Amino acid sequence: MNRFLWPLVGFIVLVVLLGVGLTLNPRDVPSPLVGKPAPAFSLPRLHAPEEQFSPRDMLGKVWLLNVWASWCVSCRQEHPLLVELAKRHSAPLVGLNYKEVRGDAAIDIDKVAPDSEKGMVIERAGAWLSAHGDPYTLSVLDIDGRVGIDYGVYGVPETYVIDKAGIIRMKHTGPITPDALSSTILPLIAELSK
Amino acid sequence: MRQLVIALLLVLLGGSFNAACAGEAQPLAENPATEKRLIAISTELRCLVCQNESLAGSHAELANDLRREIRTLIDAGKSDDEIMEFMVSRYGDFVRYRPPLKGTTLLLWFGPGVLFVLGFAALLRYLRRRDRAITDSPLSAAEHLQAEALLHDNDSRQGRS
Repeated sequence: MNRFLWPLVGFIVLVVLLGVGLTLNPRDVPSPLVGKPAPAFSLPRLHAPEEQFSPRDMLGKVWLLNVWASWCVSCRQEHPLLVELAKRHSAPLVGLNYKEVRGDAAIDIDKVAPDSEKGMVIERAGAWLSAHGDPYTLSVLDIDGRVGIDYGVYGVPETYVIDKAGIIRMKHTGPITPDALSSTILPLIAELSK
Repeated sequence: MRQLVIALLLVLLGGSFNAACAGEAQPLAENPATEKRLIAISTELRCLVCQNESLAGSHAELANDLRREIRTLIDAGKSDDEIMEFMVSRYGDFVRYRPPLKGTTLLLWFGPGVLFVLGFAALLRYLRRRDRAITDSPLSAAEHLQAEALLHDNDSRQGRS
């Protein structure tokens, strides 16, 4: 009996560990930015390109920053949820349009004239929001993806919850699921808004 | 390792050559010293899109952007440590193939060694116990004769008496 007990225990421990490993998401890399101030930027707005938006404008509010692009397939998947979220008016939702033109694998950026890229970005992003609904309080244009690097973006869509003091409180990588929204994001917004 | 670096260098140089042919203004390999440092730094970094590739070897869009960013930092005179810090502050320790030694990485660094020591100790214990379990029981004189007879019998049957 004892002869088989320890190998059996070892086997069960291994199975449990591997089982837990299967439920983990290797894409979910913990962000070092959580608990730190949201990196500063100043970017043109999609619907008012002559105006700039900066995270400083949102001080005193709990808000969400959602990274999206029209070429991003998962963004389409999460979009209805964002539209739903916007209807609740629980927090302002700012869209960071990430590399709208040069991130699109179908476009060879070297064939795009540098001065026409911004126009293309505005046209494509605007058309996509008209077609699928615009949940964003406002969207800003990160044409070359530099701001995305400052925010540690590595897989669009990504969503950040930022508190009244401008501190990033949460980062969600990948499309928001109804479950993540109701069990994590909304309670966090409610708590931070107190 | 060295061959890998040379291969990467060739790939990068080849890329820049193609780019030059197409009349593009990509600053690849413009400065060999910068490129050398870029490769040294980016082989230490993980590409977050294809997580098992290094930043030097990945063709992912983000890897391109990050290499461009590192190149800019090198040209701005930043040290390797400062560039590492730039990457880690954005993407976390996960981007480093050699994460720093700290509380959360203790298991990562020492786990395999501890497992090895435990396994070795268990093996030693098992072998010692087995040794003790085998009791030495010498043959009696009668058994000795019997064994000899059997051996002899066997030998003669094979014709080697």
